[in-house]
Amino acid sequence: MEISKEYAVQMHGITKMFGSFCALDNVNLDVKKGSIHAILGENGAGKSTLMNVLYGLYQAEAGEIYLNGEKVNIKNPNIAIEHGIGMVHQHFMLVDNFTVTQNIILGNEITNQFGVIDMKKAREGILQIVKKYGLEVDPDSKIEDISVGMQQRVEILKALYRGVDLLILDEPTAVLTPQEIEDLIQIMHNLVSDGKTIIIITHKLKEIKASSGVCTIIRRGKYIDTVSVSDVDEEELATKMVGHAVKLVVEKTPAVPGDVVFEISDLTVKDDRKLDAVKNLSLKVRKGEIVGIAGIDGNGQKELVEAITCLTKVTGGTIKINGNEIQNTTPRNVIDHKISTIHEDRQKRGLVLPFTVAENVVIEKYRSKPYCKGGMLNRSEILSYTKGLIKDYDIRPDDCENQPVRGLSGGNQQKVIIAREISNRPDLLIAVQPTRGLDVGAIEYVHKTLIRERDAGKAILLISLELDEVMNVADTIDVIYAGTIVDSFKQGEVDEETIGLLMAGGKQNENNRKDS
Amino acid sequence: MKIIVKILKKPITSTLIAILFGFLVAAIILAVTGYNPWQSFGALFNGIFARPKYISNVIIKATPIILTGLSVAFAFKTGMFNIGAEGQYIAGTIAAVCVGVKLNLAAPIQIPLVVLSGVLAGAIFGGIIGFLKAKFGIHEVITSIMLNWIALYLSNFIVNTDAYHQPNSTSSYAVNDSSFTMLLPNWKTSKAGMAALKPNQWLYEMMIKTDVNFGILVAVIMAVVISVLLYRSTKGYELRSVGFNRDAAEFAGINVNRNITQAMIIAGALAGLAGALAITGNAPHKISTMAAFENNGFNGLSVALIAGSSPVGCIFAGLLFGGLLYGGQSVQQEVGAPTEIINIMIGTIVFFVALTKVVPLFADKLEKRGTSHAK
Repeated sequence: MEISKEYAVQMHGITKMFGSFCALDNVNLDVKKGSIHAILGENGAGKSTLMNVLYGLYQAEAGEIYLNGEKVNIKNPNIAIEHGIGMVHQHFMLVDNFTVTQNIILGNEITNQFGVIDMKKAREGILQIVKKYGLEVDPDSKIEDISVGMQQRVEILKALYRGVDLLILDEPTAVLTPQEIEDLIQIMHNLVSDGKTIIIITHKLKEIKASSGVCTIIRRGKYIDTVSVSDVDEEELATKMVGHAVKLVVEKTPAVPGDVVFEISDLTVKDDRKLDAVKNLSLKVRKGEIVGIAGIDGNGQKELVEAITCLTKVTGGTIKINGNEIQNTTPRNVIDHKISTIHEDRQKRGLVLPFTVAENVVIEKYRSKPYCKGGMLNRSEILSYTKGLIKDYDIRPDDCENQPVRGLSGGNQQKVIIAREISNRPDLLIAVQPTRGLDVGAIEYVHKTLIRERDAGKAILLISLELDEVMNVADTIDVIYAGTIVDSFKQGEVDEETIGLLMAGGKQNENNRKDS
Repeated sequence: MKIIVKILKKPITSTLIAILFGFLVAAIILAVTGYNPWQSFGALFNGIFARPKYISNVIIKATPIILTGLSVAFAFKTGMFNIGAEGQYIAGTIAAVCVGVKLNLAAPIQIPLVVLSGVLAGAIFGGIIGFLKAKFGIHEVITSIMLNWIALYLSNFIVNTDAYHQPNSTSSYAVNDSSFTMLLPNWKTSKAGMAALKPNQWLYEMMIKTDVNFGILVAVIMAVVISVLLYRSTKGYELRSVGFNRDAAEFAGINVNRNITQAMIIAGALAGLAGALAITGNAPHKISTMAAFENNGFNGLSVALIAGSSPVGCIFAGLLFGGLLYGGQSVQQEVGAPTEIINIMIGTIVFFVALTKVVPLFADKLEKRGTSHAK
């Protein structure tokens, strides 16, 4: 494409190598001024790498970058910032116990003649931007007291305060509620109508349809296509992204629930600050049923999981599996009662990263036969068992049993955990954010596996921050808000807006409920 | 290029490079301060290898630090920083002296009792650290530093009690002869023994002039035992999982607190063993009033570091360390260079070992450059 002033960014023939691995291979990107341009690709496709090259965090081996028609050499982020490029990372870079204003001016403080920070002036400047773009942020709140959506707006504010023309948003919707996503899209439109340019990195097709004009698709480091979003539908985008046709809707038969296997009654759990994080929560999971818990992060999901797995003490109520109370015992006891958990934080709780795949696979059963023999690990048994799981669960590379699990991709690490937990033959399988950070192919795999286990008669509790996931996979949808289940629906009898509203603390409006 | 990269990525290569750098820095310092580096290193080398006696003494010097090194390495593998090996070592010496002085049984019973009492004392000192960490979350570095001093003053206190104090000296009584773990201690000094050893100059010097003892055998066996324990047993699996990722271990149903305590008990036992063997194996077989630490435990930290926390690696690192410590004396005697040079060299080696994470990074860079050239 020609180099022109019409384009805010033009990246041509970008190639980036990591060792012998080619992360970007001759990728092109042309972003028109004043547009919202989406970059779509699976995890590891190279989206973030491309943006990090633009932001000066990485240097490309080959290729040229033009900003507003002029060739630039962005050696480090400072140069990018000088050129008016701002980036909002997936993980926010905010100081929790600073106020919004303090965070925004950090590194860019306005001082009066005595060298003292002029907070008043800074605050005014921020308020102006807030008003102009409808950002709705209180400049005096502390970061730790405001919602995730608002924190993200602070990040955007920070960039605007520095006078950016081009804003890069890295997976901005991963942590937001449906309402917050709508707000964000509105803010993006406001910014663009003021002449700013936005690049949004995502793998969520719906949001691309809702927000962007043009979309560039990258697959395994290669440039695939740039399309006008209005000309294609979601399936087409997904096909381009993955390289083969994918089913976006999870296929499953209606559940045939059996007896209640797992029951929580009036559970109360305190969080680290000694406040009730879970309050009088009750729920039931039956055999052959997936119960999904939908909710915004921080509404007691973490504490609920910790209470079930006995990582924390409960202050009231009971947790029963097959009629036996397990609350306030030990994690070992929970596992012995045939509860298996796929933890949301696979690197912290799920895996011992320096351990090999084989060592990780037996972490719950290294003391039972045949994996141990007279206090010694039975290596050959462990290895042959691991090889079996690698084959059954298609963990790649297929000879990884003696490799550190650290070296596996995120999706394959998750497969190791899933293989381990399901092979425990649990009565209750708890899956917390089981698809976090996985690409479309891997997500499809995880969902299929959950449904297969359900059909095999297992009780499954799915806790996810992805509303789509809960809506698609769960047979019963429980909505958690402020530590309690505020409502419960059968799959298909409720729409996303209703649940979104309940997740945000709104009252259930009977009219929104579809007839069931 | 590939072979170079492969070699550079091996941990042992980094360690060897670090040792080389240590010598290099020492050479520069020697040269700057007006000593001939070649001559000094020659003296060092001779001081280690020139006579059987020297070799024997290096091994004797290395024995306790191999064991305290093992103690530190083991704790490290389980996620703990055992800076308390010094105190545990002293506890081992105290207990060995207490039992060895009071009891006088036949050697086959006496020796195990004396050694085990030292092991037990070290285990208790280590266990306290582990327990306090597990139960109350007190950081092990704080408690071990405190316990190091407690051990030091406890030792001085015992030396000065009527029951143990040897009159007109600054030390305790020596343990009874039946506790000795030297190689044939009575026979070698007897007439028959002397006569038998005389024809073989090597053996004669080693046996008569030094305290050749079984300690090194125990140290080597323990290195192997600890290696098997860590990598082959279910207990070791637990300990390592707790060491690598406490959260994941806890979540998988492993009792983290119990493992922390047990790890420190074992680490303490190893350091205590070092102390006990020093009493039974080496003259003067007693404890003396100490003004400062003797560093048998602290040197274990360096040994473990140089060994990269590999139990078997501790044997070699301990021997290297023992060689430098012992051979360093010759540098002073022959060249006149201060022994501080040796300390600087040891320090530099440890420093570069700590830096050796750079070497694999460097190898990565080489690899990258290789591929970009290939393109």
